[in-house]
Amino acid sequence: MIQVRGIHKSFGEQHVLRGIDVDFHEGQCNLIIGLSGSGKTVFLKSVLGLHALDQGTISFDGRVLGEMGKKEVKALRQEMGMVFQGSALFNSLTIAENVRLPLDFFASMTEAEKDERVRFCLERVRIEPDSFSKTPAELSGGMQKRVAIARAIVLNPKYLFCDEPNSGLDPETAIVIDQLIHEITHEFGMTTVINTHDMNSVLEIGDHVILMENGIKAWEGTMEEVLDSDDSAVVDYVFRSNLFKKLRAALKKA
Amino acid sequence: MIYRFLDGLGHYFRFLGEVFHKPEHGREYLKSFFREIELLGFSSIALVAFISVFMGAVLTIQTAINLDDPFVPDSYIAIAVREGIVLEFAPTIVSLILAGKVGSNIASTLGTMRVTEQMDALRVMGINPASYLVLPKLFACLLFNPILIVFSMALGLVGGYYAGDLLNLVNTEVFLSGYFIEFNPFYIVYSLTKATVFAFIIATVSAYFGYNVEGGAVEVGKASTKSVVAMSFTIILFNYILTDLLLQ
Repeated sequence: MIQVRGIHKSFGEQHVLRGIDVDFHEGQCNLIIGLSGSGKTVFLKSVLGLHALDQGTISFDGRVLGEMGKKEVKALRQEMGMVFQGSALFNSLTIAENVRLPLDFFASMTEAEKDERVRFCLERVRIEPDSFSKTPAELSGGMQKRVAIARAIVLNPKYLFCDEPNSGLDPETAIVIDQLIHEITHEFGMTTVINTHDMNSVLEIGDHVILMENGIKAWEGTMEEVLDSDDSAVVDYVFRSNLFKKLRAALKKA
Repeated sequence: MIYRFLDGLGHYFRFLGEVFHKPEHGREYLKSFFREIELLGFSSIALVAFISVFMGAVLTIQTAINLDDPFVPDSYIAIAVREGIVLEFAPTIVSLILAGKVGSNIASTLGTMRVTEQMDALRVMGINPASYLVLPKLFACLLFNPILIVFSMALGLVGGYYAGDLLNLVNTEVFLSGYFIEFNPFYIVYSLTKATVFAFIIATVSAYFGYNVEGGAVEVGKASTKSVVAMSFTIILFNYILTDLLLQ
């Protein structure tokens, strides 16, 4: 479990995170939604330790990030996987080399075991073996996202973070990626935190949904509660489009 | 302006501190080092060869025309060409050209990695991006740039000889003997010292600008341009300092 308590983060005069308390539970897809500029990415990067906090604590199964030594942080990082918005695959490496990189650095495995692990992870995200030797530029956006997921899970992490994993993907591929993250989270019992704008994701895989607004947590609940909620922040954000207004009206009527 | 310069200098040295962190996985660094040798070193050979041959030729033509006197033997022209190539052209001018080619490559590669979050990806994995990305590039430059400079010296002298021969400007036998008259081997040491310092400047200054890019593709381009300007200034400045220290 990841516990976030009262975190604040400013960049110069700009106060981006204004005291957020939230728990992310194991085996759940925790979705963070909110408008652009609401602080979602800064929040995610702060939880990852990529931004130093001004105030507050983040603990991973009782281990407080700010109180750890360098070695402990390094060990913790090997328990984390991250899927970046733009996939962040290394262009100079092949697909297999990208997935293998964390193993080369941190795993005590033989070369054959590493090859087997890379193959398992890539096949788990449905990448065919004939693509293993391609470079990221030769893959579609959806395939790049799947490779990024394979790289994120290759060290069998306890915590998986995804920053807008569906951005730039067509609706069908976006659903495939959502399902994949959901399956992996439950299969490996990971604590998964996902930043997203995609309301389909909320309704597909939102075990736990947090709405952020101007650097604070405006609302939290499950995907079912999102549809039932009369909270003005949720209504303003989620039911802004005609599609969702009609869906909500139909649900209320039913 | 002075404050900005000192602030930048401070950041540069802090960046070097990150770069020179002890590598924990030497094998991975070694693999990356060999990739960089190919990318930064071998790919520059053709450019250096082309420029060196023609610069050597131009030096011979200019010197021969300016020393067109029956009392000045052709061996003197060869000495002037040799000293020009060994002392200045090969280490300094070729380093400035490499600053443009290799330096802008390093700055734009690292800048792109920064804006596409590849560096964040490394940090999340627990890998120090400054060290892992820059150290192999630095060692590739430190090893390969002096080799390129020696290569440039040899080709510059060859170009100078053939220009004199083809254009019938010199007596080739006398000219060739001039390449070996009163040669001071320390000049090679001086030249290679400069090449090594310039290689360090090229790798670290360009990496500093690329590593610290903020924004998008436009900022990557700007960082690449800024890095070439900064490298050129620094190389010219250190050229003066090293010449003063080593040849006085």
